[in-house]
Formats: sequence, structure tokens, C-alpha cells
Amino acid sequence: MLITRRAEFSAAHVCRNPALSDSENEQIYGAEAAPRGHGHNFILEVTLEGEPDPVTGMTYDLKKLHELIQKEVLEAYDHRFLNLEVPPFDRLIPTPENIAAEIWRRLASALKEPGLRLHRVRLYDTEDSWVDYQEKQACSG
Amino acid sequence: MFRLTRRYRFSASHRLNSPYLDEQGNAEIYGKCNNPAGHGHNYYVEISVAGPLDQRTAQVADRALLDRLVETRVLSDLRYADLNRAAQGLENLPPTTENLAGLIARRLLAAWPEFFPGEHPRLDRVLVRETRKNSVELIVSDEQIQGCRQIDQ
Repeated sequence: MLITRRAEFSAAHVCRNPALSDSENEQIYGAEAAPRGHGHNFILEVTLEGEPDPVTGMTYDLKKLHELIQKEVLEAYDHRFLNLEVPPFDRLIPTPENIAAEIWRRLASALKEPGLRLHRVRLYDTEDSWVDYQEKQACSG
Repeated sequence: MFRLTRRYRFSASHRLNSPYLDEQGNAEIYGKCNNPAGHGHNYYVEISVAGPLDQRTAQVADRALLDRLVETRVLSDLRYADLNRAAQGLENLPPTTENLAGLIARRLLAAWPEFFPGEHPRLDRVLVRETRKNSVELIVSDEQIQGCRQIDQ
């Protein structure tokens, strides 16, 4: 069974590959490459997979999931300039793809509940564009 | 594995009427959607593409390129159109949300090798939302992709 918790953080970023020229960066990333940076209200959806506990009827306590997202992601990302303040985005381009994969790594390493695995990280940078990241093997317990 | 989804909008009119049914049959099946003068919707279209990260760009797909493909090859002639008359590829098909999703997928697959000539990304899914209450989702299979490539060749 899959359960999903949604969270929101606001952050600034710039999508630029330092190995490429200004015009190449603009061609690839469009306005996302503007050097001074810009921000989004990122929406994060974290989906876990597991069987409901027969006693509580819950796969995982959504309050705990909320706290996990708060601690592992929002405390580091919310109201930050990702390129300048949140490693590894000092050296990794903070595209929505890389941000989603990094959030996966943070959550997967913190989620130690037996029988529960991270299923999907979905990250919206606007309501018209989002990225899903899934790894087949990552799991806990 | 990464999957990128972009959502697009267009408004269009249509009338649900099947050439395979008579007047009474159409009225019974489609109800008010069969109104002879037609009606319209604000459609949302979600296009999902999947693949590994392009190491140079840290993206699964070039968003500007995908937007251009969708705009020029898929949505431009549907926007503010009468789908029964103007939508090439829907002739003799009632413009249901299902048929619209199929048309969009076929148009995407036909133009795909020109816009994305490499192995990645692949078209993964097309969702068409006709109203807030109705949507149709088409998961694109390897067979459909292969079929379109063979037609192209």
C-alpha cells in the first residue's frame, strides 16, 4: 500500500552548468539560468510503501512522516538559496531532478522503519511542471 | 529513474457523436455531450517523459524542446478549435477524451525521433483532463513506441 504526505518549501536556485557558456546555459535552462537566481514554492510529495499495521490500521504514522520531512528536508531547504547554502548544490546543478534525487537520498538514509520503503519522491517546481524520482533498491528494514 | 511531467492547457469545442451510431443511439450514449451545436472545455494535458539524467544538463529532458514539440506538433491546431472538424487524425472518431489522448500520443510518437533522436527520454504517459471531474490516462507501452518507429521508417 502506498501513502503520500505533501509538504512545501520556498527556496531560490539557479540552473547553470559552469562548464558551459552563457548562451548554452540559456538555451538549456531558459530563465532558470538567470545568474542572480529566482525562487519557487516547491511542493514535495513523499510516497512510502508498506503494509498497514493490523492494530493501528496505518502503514506509517503520517505525523512521523511529516516530522521526518520537516527534519530531513524543510529545515535544510526552506527559505534558502540552494546553490549557495545547501550542499551538494554548491557543486551539483539544482535542477528539479537533482533536488528530487537528493531528497530521496536524505529520506532513504533516515527512514529505518522495518517493512517500510521509500516508493517515490515527487517535486513540483510549478504546478505545471514536476519530477518523479524512484530507485528500485533503496529500502529499509 | 526520473520522470518529468509538464502540464499544458488548451480550450476547444466538440460534440460527441459517433458515425457508427444512429441519431437516437448517439443521444442515448452521449446525453448532453451530443448537443448538435457542440460545447467546449478547458483541457489540461499532462505529458510525462522518463529516462536517466543527462549528465551534461542534469535533466531528464530538455523542457524547452518538449514544450516546443507539444506546442507545434500537438496542441497548436487543437487550441480554440472545433475538434470535430479541425483535429487532423480524429476524422470519423468521436472526440472523446480517450480518443483525444490517443491522438496526442500518436502525434507525440510520430514527431519524437525528430525532437529526441537518442535512446532517452522516452514518452511514458499522456493524461488528458477534460473537466475537473474527468480525466483519461494513457500509459505508453514499448510496443506503441516501436510501432510508431516502424511506421516512420
